[in-house]
Amino acid sequence: MEKFEKLVDTAIPLPVENIDTDQIIPARFLKATDKKGFGDNVFRDWRFHKDGTADSDFVLNNPKYKGSVLIAGDNFGCGSSREHAAWALAGYGFKVVVSSFFADIFKGNALNNGILPIQVSPEYLKQLLEEVKQNPSSELTIDLENQTVTSTVGEVEFEINPYKKLCLLNGYDDIDFLISKKDKIEAYEALV
Amino acid sequence: MGKTLFDKVWDKHVVDTVENGPQILYIDKHLIHEVTSPQAFNELKERGILVARPDKIVATADHNTPTVNQHLPVKDALSRNQLEQLEKNCKENNITLYGLGHKYNGIVHVMAPELGITQPGMTMVCGDSHTSTHGAFGTIAFGIGTSQVAQVFASQCLLLQKPKSLRVNVNGKLKKGVLPKDVILYIISKLGTNSGTGYFCEYAGNVFEEMSMEGRMTVCNMSIEMGARGGMIAPDQTTFDYVEGREFAPKGKDFEAKVAYWKTLKSDEDAVFDQEYSFDAEDIEPMVTYGTNPGMGIKVTEAIPETDDESFEKSLQYMNFKKGETLIGKPINYVFIGSCTNSRIEDFKVAANFIKGKQKASNVNAWLVPGSQQVAKQIKEEGLQEVFEAAGFELRQPGCSACLAMNDDKIPEGEYCVSTSNRNFEGRQGQGARTILASPLMAAATAVEGKIIDITKHLN
Repeated sequence: MEKFEKLVDTAIPLPVENIDTDQIIPARFLKATDKKGFGDNVFRDWRFHKDGTADSDFVLNNPKYKGSVLIAGDNFGCGSSREHAAWALAGYGFKVVVSSFFADIFKGNALNNGILPIQVSPEYLKQLLEEVKQNPSSELTIDLENQTVTSTVGEVEFEINPYKKLCLLNGYDDIDFLISKKDKIEAYEALV
Repeated sequence: MGKTLFDKVWDKHVVDTVENGPQILYIDKHLIHEVTSPQAFNELKERGILVARPDKIVATADHNTPTVNQHLPVKDALSRNQLEQLEKNCKENNITLYGLGHKYNGIVHVMAPELGITQPGMTMVCGDSHTSTHGAFGTIAFGIGTSQVAQVFASQCLLLQKPKSLRVNVNGKLKKGVLPKDVILYIISKLGTNSGTGYFCEYAGNVFEEMSMEGRMTVCNMSIEMGARGGMIAPDQTTFDYVEGREFAPKGKDFEAKVAYWKTLKSDEDAVFDQEYSFDAEDIEPMVTYGTNPGMGIKVTEAIPETDDESFEKSLQYMNFKKGETLIGKPINYVFIGSCTNSRIEDFKVAANFIKGKQKASNVNAWLVPGSQQVAKQIKEEGLQEVFEAAGFELRQPGCSACLAMNDDKIPEGEYCVSTSNRNFEGRQGQGARTILASPLMAAATAVEGKIIDITKHLN
């Protein structure tokens, strides 16, 4: 996993609530056996009409909005456990998702793929969505070390599990850690 | 302070605690399928890591399998490749696979309980969010992402933060025509799709105590639809009777010893939950959903609420429904009875009981997809197949099918489908398809009438 460095970038506003993982990556694209190429189909059925032409009303097709930060409505990532959703967002180039609430499994999957899910208050989210919508060139600064998001609507702190923060900052993953605990795991197995 | 059922099972599986961090939880059973496992196998291979405990893993093919002509090679090249990868990965790593056509094949959350793989007090995971189903046995069972599938492959453990505790109590007498599916759809409609996030849920009260194991599985299955990672019901005699004698269940003295332990798996009287909700069984009626998340549910006799909210309106627009209208009388052309929520023998019995002596409406395509080969066999042996065939229903072969429409079982654009599955997300059952979640009874009645009816008026 890549290290998560301090990020300064523009953002894409997607003010829809309850965005489920079926919207992020529809099931018919889950037939691959590797992690590549999912970015091409992120939000597929919102980005494209059934005949394959782009839906110009959808924000990702609006050339005004660019950036590696996605700002989305409440309860982002609900539904299926498919990690393909995280691969699709990462594949498209997103490094951060800001929302007022994240579904559990998605949150874990994002962190395991170097995407930082940042939970902010509903009020801050509303202001941020409005600001980015009006001023697409408005930049956000994401500082993981100090756990802050800074934008023209103000600076807020966000929470992250200290262990997960360490993993992101250093590019570690859980497999290395678990394997280092082999003795303890075997001792547990001997007991039960 | 007393312990909850969840605490008891969790604490018994903690290998170690990281200072200021997560805990290492030991996993008793790891279920895998073709869609969320290949990248995990690749990860291990690339890093030169062996699968730690292949004997604790069971594989099935379900998500991406055809439900007709399973004896023939799978037509779709990508699907075929995925199934072949699963076969190859299982063979290389000595993992038991119940592949397509095997007598034990089926939807992962149907086949594991019916084979006795699922047992009370276990920790179980699968790369599928509906793993919560197994909580019906008093098991800590939850869905994981593919990175976590790789972690369990590598260590038989997961790094987890202990979730908060939630209890949902339902007491009283359920009305006629109210099924376990209605109970859980009702709970989610009241609590919302993110009320359970960060929690593990216990369902308690006489309504769950009186439910069959099939019914309990339906309830626990949909815990994730209110955001809870998992749902549990304390094991009791109904649980022990269900497990006893199944293929991989403990036998004889081992079984007795297990039952003695399983009996201790219930929340202590003085256990305190972080959150608790209570509902009266009498308030629950047959349910339908009208929107694009499982929380958007109403009693079939109710009107769609008049909520002013952008996401709500977007959802109604997709469904082509209006605020304040009723769903009763809406013509329906597709009915799907299946999925890990409602594809067990009890579900088909409920449907058959209603259908017997009646005919499917001519406008309806009615697909019945059993959850497993074992269920398919029971349908045949118990004479349900004749009932379905005589009524014009299409009985297909086991798999996840139109629940997520990864295979060819897709609902056409713009069509409504009354479905016993678990998710009514946009496009879930096919691009542009509109899903109405309901019980097997509501689904069967819709197929017969060709439209949504108030089922309570049609019961003797």
